[in-house]
Amino acid sequence: MGLPETVPYLDWRWDDFVFLLLAGVMLGSALLVVLGRDIIRSALWLILSLAGLAGVYGLLGSPFMAISQVLVYMGAVAVLILFAVMITASKRGPVRLVFQRQWWIGAIAAIVLVLLMVTTIMLTEWNATAEVQVAEPRDIAVMVFEDYLLAFEALGVLLLAAVIGGLYLAKRDDDMPETNIPDTAMRNDEEGA
Amino acid sequence: MSQSLEAYLVLSVLLFGIGMFGFLAKRNAIAMLMSIELMLNAVNLAIIAFGAFTPEFAARASTFALFVIAVAAAEATVGLAIVIAIYRNRRTPLVDEYASMKE
Repeated sequence: MGLPETVPYLDWRWDDFVFLLLAGVMLGSALLVVLGRDIIRSALWLILSLAGLAGVYGLLGSPFMAISQVLVYMGAVAVLILFAVMITASKRGPVRLVFQRQWWIGAIAAIVLVLLMVTTIMLTEWNATAEVQVAEPRDIAVMVFEDYLLAFEALGVLLLAAVIGGLYLAKRDDDMPETNIPDTAMRNDEEGA
Repeated sequence: MSQSLEAYLVLSVLLFGIGMFGFLAKRNAIAMLMSIELMLNAVNLAIIAFGAFTPEFAARASTFALFVIAVAAAEATVGLAIVIAIYRNRRTPLVDEYASMKE
């Protein structure tokens, strides 16, 4: 039993429907990441947003990137962020004020940037093909291990340096006493400003 | 719609805008790092979209985006370690409390 040519009742093509669905999930959960009050919920919405992006990669004909996105972002980076959230989370619950006082300047800057970029995209004559080109994993492997082998090795060194640097930075210094200032932290949280 | 480069580029720009607003407006340092991840993912989406609509560049774009993902993972590791190190000293993840150089 195959699917009908178009989406029932809407008369859209299936890939358009999937594109709009994934774009909606991605942008909606990204908005919830930014606007949410509870930081741990923000982290969970971030995972959903990245999942939507993985689906868009699949729609763009690069299944390898979709898998990498799931493995690296939803697997590794999201867990890293969740751990950092749990380490730094306050037991008194979410703070009352999640935005800076000058948040509206940031909002104006972001809106202006989006409008500028969208007009640029619409005005430019793109020399694009009409069909999506599929990126075969075999071609990607050949490219990584032949054309960009040196960059790949350098990337390995960079990741090793990041692991060691992260361990060093997050390590507890035993010879230096902790400057513990619970009073100011408590006062600031209760003020919420 | 799903077969046009413009749609994917607009999607990427919208995601970047959301991430940029979050980075500029949030108080929590970890929320700012999450917004940076959103922006990096938006750029990756643009790279993949350019590759998918240009013949012979599909594999090259995926390679490039793969490198971006790896560097972003390194950035997230070091960034979160820095946030935890500062949290250990100041007992707060809120960036507007880090004002000791101003006082």
